[in-house]
Amino acid sequence: MAATLTPSTSACAACVVVPSAEALAGRRARTQSRLMLSVPAVQNATSISEVERLLESVPGVRSARVNLTLKRVSVDAEGDVTAEDLVARLAAIGYPAHELDPGLLSVTENDKRGRDLLMRLGVAGFSMMNIMLLSVAVWSGAEGQTRDLFHWISAMIALPTLAFAGQPFFASAWTSIQARRLGMDVPISLALVLASSISLFETIKSGHHAYFDAAVSLCFFLLAGRYLDYRSRAAARSAAEELAALEVPRALRLEGAQETMVAIADLRVGDLVRVRPGARMPVDGVVIEGASEIDRSLLTGETLPVQAVPDTVVSAGEVNLTGPLTVRVTAAGKDSSLHRMADLVAVAESARNRYTSLADRMARRYSPSVHVLALTSFLSWLWISGGDVRLAVNIAAAVLIITCPCALALAVPAVVTSASGKLFRKGLLIKDGTALERLAEVDTVVFDKTGTLTLGTPRPLALQDQPPAALPVAMALAAASAHPLSLALVAGLRDMGMTPAELSELREVPGYGVEGRWQDRRVRLGRAAWIGAEEAAETATYLDLGQGGAPLTFRFADSLRPGARAAVDGLRAQGKNVMLLSGDSASAVQALARDLGIADWRAGALPAEKANVIAELSAAGRKVLMVGDGLNDTAALAGAHVSISPASALDAARVASDVVLLGQDLGPVADAARISVVARRRIKQNFALSLVYNLVAVPVALVGLATPLIAALAMSTSSLMVTLNAMRMK
Amino acid sequence: MEILSFLIPVSLFLGFLGLIGFFWAIRGHQFEDLEGDGHRILRKDYDDHPKTDRTGG
Repeated sequence: MAATLTPSTSACAACVVVPSAEALAGRRARTQSRLMLSVPAVQNATSISEVERLLESVPGVRSARVNLTLKRVSVDAEGDVTAEDLVARLAAIGYPAHELDPGLLSVTENDKRGRDLLMRLGVAGFSMMNIMLLSVAVWSGAEGQTRDLFHWISAMIALPTLAFAGQPFFASAWTSIQARRLGMDVPISLALVLASSISLFETIKSGHHAYFDAAVSLCFFLLAGRYLDYRSRAAARSAAEELAALEVPRALRLEGAQETMVAIADLRVGDLVRVRPGARMPVDGVVIEGASEIDRSLLTGETLPVQAVPDTVVSAGEVNLTGPLTVRVTAAGKDSSLHRMADLVAVAESARNRYTSLADRMARRYSPSVHVLALTSFLSWLWISGGDVRLAVNIAAAVLIITCPCALALAVPAVVTSASGKLFRKGLLIKDGTALERLAEVDTVVFDKTGTLTLGTPRPLALQDQPPAALPVAMALAAASAHPLSLALVAGLRDMGMTPAELSELREVPGYGVEGRWQDRRVRLGRAAWIGAEEAAETATYLDLGQGGAPLTFRFADSLRPGARAAVDGLRAQGKNVMLLSGDSASAVQALARDLGIADWRAGALPAEKANVIAELSAAGRKVLMVGDGLNDTAALAGAHVSISPASALDAARVASDVVLLGQDLGPVADAARISVVARRRIKQNFALSLVYNLVAVPVALVGLATPLIAALAMSTSSLMVTLNAMRMK
Repeated sequence: MEILSFLIPVSLFLGFLGLIGFFWAIRGHQFEDLEGDGHRILRKDYDDHPKTDRTGG
């Protein structure tokens, strides 16, 4: 199939002879493109079909393939198919999507290390099964030459296997010895080497016991743990890469009279950039032409749009609302305010990276004791038996095999894999390996308001209290503009069953509002100053009916994010303190706090104040979970014990947080807190299980009763129990 | 017991066959979307564009 769809150059012998064919192929490769979209809402077979069928019905799309595990769709298309178009089409059938940068993602896709580990795991598994088959015969009493033959065959399978499959452990043990540390891999490598050499020696001497089966199954179980661990790390890393790729940064540069689409990295200070209505500021700059309103809510948390006229300073991340603006670049890319914020975040984060996980603490205590135990048993048996080195080494090897942290190595990765898989299905992406553990310790949850608990989209209030005659006029005026307040007003009035009035001479005045002519009177809808109205405290727009009376005020409130109430209630039910911390005005914050039943709220908080509040809480011994989305939250997000941000959040905020919410619904936050507590409990149970197993098995090994059969049985059962315990996560 | 000299190579050979199959599956990117493949088999419509080696993502 691959050959018919995409003939590769190597398969085409004529290409070498006829260079034009290759050139042709190259030209075709340029006009076709590979688009990558993140579609978090894909859930099951039906949605796979819906998404693929829709995308393949788009003219120019050659094929679309959903990857359900990663919740991505890759699209092979002609050059003129744009990601924006596909995203819009997907959104129309209920699948919100983001474009991803395929260049950044390709690294994780053809991921060599993961496949390498999987291959070693496969080889170890194959050898383990074969050696176990032979061992069963030995355990059930094969004698003499048969036993020797079986031992020899086992050796022939086991030694190459260990040399190949054990490499990750040997390599990491060697580096830790060079750094003069005793990691977990040192006793592992020691056990593997010691067990296989003593077994080889016994085989040559036609002894009774050989530990080839134990050595290989040890290797297999440890590799399984290593692979699971790698998988969750890779998922975390690809999450970070995916987010970096989430916003493909482009800008419209003005070159004379021409507009060209360029990457932000190519912009220089002094360039002129056109920002269309509805677009986000790509750079920091100064407005030199045009009039509009800009939405700063992502940066400051205030919901009220700000007027933009020439000489207004704008920063990257703000949204242009009504009119086109021409902006002179003052800082782009690495120097822009967004990136400076990201650098600050990196500093705050490095402090958090010092967190030591349960597994680290366990390994630090456990690893030295393994060595001491094995050495003690060797020396004491040497003394008891009066210098029988063969016996002493045998027992020391048995002790090493038994104490090797087989179940311990599986205890954490199995739980983390199972928990983060569960959370991913609920729409939560874990970016950091220790985030789950930190989430489990949380006792205080701090929410941002705008864009987090609310969607940042306005909803008109008390429309039925307005004079009924004014409403059709307001609707007709609002319908002429794409301003978010106008859109909300039209939607609200349509829900009331209104139809717009007949207006003439409708025109939008960018940055101010809309005006028109109604029954020979000039009517206006827009900013307070333009209408001549008294400015209200909350977000509002004003209507002048041209009758000389006082202008009408339409007030707006932010609409609640779906699941916000469930999240707040769920977290409170788990006994956590919930707090609201916003940069918006006191009246708006208070209304929302009262609505959600949050007693503890603060309004008008500047970014630094937010970070301070978090720092004070942490200093008081609280473990804080910060949920936020704006640039004003980034410092707080980075400073908190653990942090969550929605996918709609600004780049910097997503980078700063440990967990990203892929869907719109905020409800999974409460689930995440619950699941993390369960996961932590499972990890502790797993540690307890493997310790109990050691307490039982080590004395057996110490007195020299650990036959290969007992070692193999103990190892498999403990690993199996730990894995099963991890999998019963609900 | 002479049968062993015959059976052991046979069992090893079969095991190797399985191992080679496993390698082949890894090379064919068959482990990249386990969940999706599980759901895909339940669909009613025919898969017109089965996954190729190149479109593994």
